[in-house]
Amino acid sequence: MLDWARWGWRQLTSMRTALILLFLLALGSVPGSVLPQQGINPQAVQQYYAAHPALAPWLARFSLFNVFAAPWFAAIYLLLFLSLAGCVVPRTFRQFGAARQQPPRAPRNLSRLPLSVTMASPLAPDAALAKASALLAGKRFRVRTGDGWISAEKGYLREAGNLLFHLALLALLAAIGMGGLFGYKADRLLVAGQSFANTVTALDQFRPGRLVSASGLQPFSIALEKFNARYVTSGPDTGEPAAFNAYLSYRAQPAGPTQHYDLQVNHPLNVDNVKVYLIGHGYAPVFRVTDGTGHVVFDGPVPFIPVSLNGLTSEGVVKVPDARPQQLGFAGVFLPTTVNVAGKLESAFPAPYRPAVSLVSYAGNLGMNSGVSQSVYQLNTGRMHKLAIAPRPLAPGQSMRLPNGMGTLTFAGYRQWISLAITYDPGQLPALFAAIAALVGLLVSFLVRRRRVFVRAADAPEGGATVEFGGLARTESSENFGAEFEGLSKDLSAALDSPASSDLPSSPDERE
Amino acid sequence: MPVNVGLAQLSDHFLLATVFFYALAVLAYAGDFAFGRHGAAEAVPAEQAALVAEQAKIAVTAGVAARTKASAPETAAAGTLTDGAGQAGAAAQAAANGAAGTGPAVAAPSRWRAGGPPAGPWIRAALTLTVIGLATQILGIVTRGMAEHRVPWGNMYEFVMAITCAAVMAFLGVSFRFRVYPVGLFLMPPIVLALGLCAIVLYTGAGPLVPALHSYWIWIHVTAMTVAIGSYIVAATFTVLYLIADRYASKQATGFGAVLDRLPGADALDRLSYRTVIFAFPIWTFAVIAGAIWADQAWGRYWGWDPKETWAFITWVVYAGYLHARATAGWRGRKAAYIQLAGFTSLVFNLIGVNIWITGLHSYAGIN
Repeated sequence: MLDWARWGWRQLTSMRTALILLFLLALGSVPGSVLPQQGINPQAVQQYYAAHPALAPWLARFSLFNVFAAPWFAAIYLLLFLSLAGCVVPRTFRQFGAARQQPPRAPRNLSRLPLSVTMASPLAPDAALAKASALLAGKRFRVRTGDGWISAEKGYLREAGNLLFHLALLALLAAIGMGGLFGYKADRLLVAGQSFANTVTALDQFRPGRLVSASGLQPFSIALEKFNARYVTSGPDTGEPAAFNAYLSYRAQPAGPTQHYDLQVNHPLNVDNVKVYLIGHGYAPVFRVTDGTGHVVFDGPVPFIPVSLNGLTSEGVVKVPDARPQQLGFAGVFLPTTVNVAGKLESAFPAPYRPAVSLVSYAGNLGMNSGVSQSVYQLNTGRMHKLAIAPRPLAPGQSMRLPNGMGTLTFAGYRQWISLAITYDPGQLPALFAAIAALVGLLVSFLVRRRRVFVRAADAPEGGATVEFGGLARTESSENFGAEFEGLSKDLSAALDSPASSDLPSSPDERE
Repeated sequence: MPVNVGLAQLSDHFLLATVFFYALAVLAYAGDFAFGRHGAAEAVPAEQAALVAEQAKIAVTAGVAARTKASAPETAAAGTLTDGAGQAGAAAQAAANGAAGTGPAVAAPSRWRAGGPPAGPWIRAALTLTVIGLATQILGIVTRGMAEHRVPWGNMYEFVMAITCAAVMAFLGVSFRFRVYPVGLFLMPPIVLALGLCAIVLYTGAGPLVPALHSYWIWIHVTAMTVAIGSYIVAATFTVLYLIADRYASKQATGFGAVLDRLPGADALDRLSYRTVIFAFPIWTFAVIAGAIWADQAWGRYWGWDPKETWAFITWVVYAGYLHARATAGWRGRKAAYIQLAGFTSLVFNLIGVNIWITGLHSYAGIN
């Protein structure tokens, strides 16, 4: 049993398994980019279901619409990281153990090394070795001396860099996991002039990590004072956005001072380690509805959702549940720059040069008390009837009288809204540090080359010493070692007063 | 600031000239294969051969031993066939023989590094044309950036220009360092083709960036990506040539084998490719990290499995697999080469396929 476990562990931590897992990870990511993903674009997933009703449930069974949260995907990367840990952690201990390890003994015959040179020195062998030892130590080689030989090695950092890289990847995974457990994401639509506090009820969409408590959210509040959008007004890109500025005022604490921030794309607001991003914008026409009894039953902005990015034509609905005698509902479009194209109203430009709304009116039961939750952007007209009014675009300030004494709707004007993404990810900074550490480790392990040199000195028959100097590079792609060895042998022969200092070796062939 | 139309037109002219010079360079590289003098023996100038021979002699007398590969006999042959180097050639020959046996091994440096086939007139012409083309390309990119008052790689057209520029730079860097100029015959035609297609299909007039790209991170992230991709292109060229050379290595130097004669050996190509990946991989890693930091500022998360991110991740993983495979017994050689090409395929798919078929947050390409 233990043998089996040992065998399994050896298999798991083998490079072959790691390679296969690595490729499975790459292969497993492919459907995540080809198929629509629930976490990224849920509408696209719904469209896919509609287009492929037979296939989609099967794909869903294998979590192919949620690949990056799928159990099988987690299995691949967890096995990979287990394999990695099983390989790297013991190596790390060995590396620490080897921190003071001595280079190996010099081989007997240095001329068999990839690089070697023989020189004569007038010095005695021991003195020559001492000089060589001092020279190599001065060049930050780790030197070991023996009887008639020196062995020296350099580039121990390479293994350290390699380990740092792999350990940093483990740390990166841990940081990502930490963000997933303790972080949260939320969205919030904010109309100019309005404000909200960072509480679960005030957020439009709240997606907490597993270990986030709703009461523990950072207690800031944000108000949108003004929003400016600039667009390209000439050339082929006319109507393309040029700049967005959302002027916010915010408090980090309920009793804290009010601060101001110019929120832009690419320039998030950081409040209490929570980041607030500008991710969308649109128009919120302001309506005032007076019902059949003469009461103002609705007065305020209603966010409309852009349906065409070019002219920013926006759709939305107005629900007036308090209207008497019947509840009222309106559905329609807001056009920032209204133009009449062959009898059809369109918006020609995203900026509000000639704003107008065009609404269809309904009366009846909005169905808001039925217990079924409703979207604020959709009108349930099942139990309502359409009111007979000739459709006519309203300019700001214009009103529309509803038939049968149902009341009046006034298009009072418009405001702009922005949508904010609010994210808190405590794993972010650790992830950044881990990524930087991985990069540093990678560079160190690629740039540092391990190389060994050896010196042997023996009595020469004619007096002095015969000094053999040999070297080998221990890592691939280190042909620069040839030049280094050449330089070292020059230095050595100078230190040894060797007359044969011009007999320098050719550069070496590369080693595998 | 409005687009400077004059500069934008100048840029277009420069880039047209680039295609022209690169195409001429391709002809010159081909001319080298067709009409250049073949065989290392003839190509090595006498003094250089003498130098090699001298080194070989020193190697013998000084007791320098080197592990020899197939390259040693070639250099040895160079020695024997060149005037004044016969003796050393014989010595090197003996050394090569010795390496094959058990005696003290002595060898000369491998051909591709110590000399490579030196540049003949055709190669010199090809290199000159390549350098001129590179100069006009850089001018074209710079003038485009000046015309637009922004980073000159903000849409697909500009990005392909920048990538090909980086690839040519990487190629020139490698070939000047390791004298593998004839590889230009295999690298430059795809570059010319890409530039031509880019000018016809992808051309986008000079204009401003969308707000989503208004960030200094575009300089960091996209520039690093460009350099890494350019290097990966060069590495992939070496690998394809390695696979071909490896296949034909055992056969006689006829037909395609004769073409390969002017290229470095299979081993050398493999190592060149590896070294180029070693150069590109950390840059790619950095570019992905920089992209994550930018994504965090722009979209509120540093990683969101956007299609572009996913494919960058796949590319990273496969190239990491290549680096590991090359160090693993049973995977190095052809298998590792195939892994690298798989990585390159995912890179190309990320560049082209993701932009065309998959919409995501990275849809800045200007392709409709």
